[in-house]
Amino acid sequence: MSALTTPGERRGATLSPVSPRRKITDRAVQGLVYLAFALAIIPLVSVLWTVIGHGLARLDADFFQFSMNGVSGKDAGGGAYHAIVGTLEQVAITTVIAVPIAVLTAVYLIEYSGNGRLGKVISFFVDVMTGIPSIVAGLFVLALWLLTFGFDFSGFAGSLALAILMIPTVIRATEEMLKLVPNDLREASYALGVPRWRTIVFVVLPTARTGIVTGVMLAVARVMGETAPLLLTIFFTKAINTNAFDGPQGSLPTFIWEQIADSNATAHDRAWTGALVLIALIMLLNLAARLLARGARTTGR
Amino acid sequence: MAKRIEVSGLHAYYGGVHAIEDISMTIEPRSVTAFIGPSGCGKSTFLRTLNRMHEVIPGARVEGKVMLDDEDLYDSSVDPVAVRRTVGMVFQRPNPFPTMSIYDNVAAGLKLNGVRKKARLDEIVEESLQGANLWNEVKDRLGKPGAGLSGGQQQRLCIARAIAVQPQVLLMDEPCSALDPISTLAIEDLIGKLKNLYTIVIVTHNMQQAARVSDKTAFFNIAGTGQPGKLIEIDDTSKIFTNPEQKATEDYITGRFG
Repeated sequence: MSALTTPGERRGATLSPVSPRRKITDRAVQGLVYLAFALAIIPLVSVLWTVIGHGLARLDADFFQFSMNGVSGKDAGGGAYHAIVGTLEQVAITTVIAVPIAVLTAVYLIEYSGNGRLGKVISFFVDVMTGIPSIVAGLFVLALWLLTFGFDFSGFAGSLALAILMIPTVIRATEEMLKLVPNDLREASYALGVPRWRTIVFVVLPTARTGIVTGVMLAVARVMGETAPLLLTIFFTKAINTNAFDGPQGSLPTFIWEQIADSNATAHDRAWTGALVLIALIMLLNLAARLLARGARTTGR
Repeated sequence: MAKRIEVSGLHAYYGGVHAIEDISMTIEPRSVTAFIGPSGCGKSTFLRTLNRMHEVIPGARVEGKVMLDDEDLYDSSVDPVAVRRTVGMVFQRPNPFPTMSIYDNVAAGLKLNGVRKKARLDEIVEESLQGANLWNEVKDRLGKPGAGLSGGQQQRLCIARAIAVQPQVLLMDEPCSALDPISTLAIEDLIGKLKNLYTIVIVTHNMQQAARVSDKTAFFNIAGTGQPGKLIEIDDTSKIFTNPEQKATEDYITGRFG
């Protein structure tokens, strides 16, 4: 390094050392990049710090074993069992509804539509769906499922609202992954006399699987924290309701919302712990997705 | 196994672009026919019309007749998927399926077409890998990913994959252009062996290769950019390289091109 940059015996413009001006610019830009990184990381660290700081107080076995049934705001006990069960069920149902629809849509857009008019229209509406505010998704389900069809509040109604939010994200992620599958592979498969749908199912989708799984997990993490649509669709309950298809159900976001709205410090503690558990759940899911992706790659390249 | 190909009055288009014009030729069974010519002259396009891979590209279409013995590949009653099972293809760049093992790559064409019996698959995989001169190199690691092989081995894996579905004809689109001379030699030896069983058509930019491996050579040329490619002449390889009928062929072969 120093041998290249020390001035001295070098002659001729072509091999001159890096000019001071370029060095200064380089350092300045480097500094800016680090600064931007630090700025971006501050909120993250701050949030984690605050949530862990406040949430540890109630992070006990009771929190995972008891619901809020018969526990009032000023009582010290109680837990979020009903909310954790609710969130897991709702997100699972959401994924089961959204992923097939989204993956099939993406497959149509990339593999079949070939710039056709229908493809363009679908693509446009996917963009529109991406922009739907989450509360509007909740209102839509409230208006259609609860008020028009007359169903009661339920975890399933919440899943419907979350699915509306999840579908466009998964479509876009899957589309990007399918675009990355080299055309060579499709042609290789066609040239073996494999029909198109089998090529898609056995060659294209497996090649894109890692990316699709990651995209799905990110979308799951995204909808897990949604509160507004759930307020309108699953309502509130302090009791454990393991049946997502019948009656109001708890969820972590609505649990946090309910507890923080209470004026007692004991309720606030529960809200913080609820937030900590929610963050931990999302991180665990992301980690699981990473591991799954890594496992899938061993058979690949 | 091998079948004769008879092409008459074939035109190919990409959207509005006329890519190749009025090509007629006969390709003999159990022989190697090489296509040579400058880049963009339509050799690869013509090759892809022989197993209906041309129409996979959006907007591409073909006019004319390609007879495989006594069947017209472009007859409206013919399923393109069935054509591709009969006329196999090897591409310029080795393209094994990245998610599959060596075994599954070779078995892919069969498995995806519904062959399920393990014993039968085992037998065909071994036969095909031996046919592609790859068996001895990979027999101990059939479960490993195909993408872990060297470029030359990958290309032979692709040839094994193509012959596993037992085609009548094997098309090769510059199969050695991404390979080193040793691997190229291995593929050329293999072509010499495969021609006893299949009708082989190979596109190549390497004229020594055409001279080494082929029985007949077809020279394609293009009048200028935007013009369709044409077949200039097809004849015995020895004649094309020593005493071609056309001046353009001689110019191209001797390097006095353009």
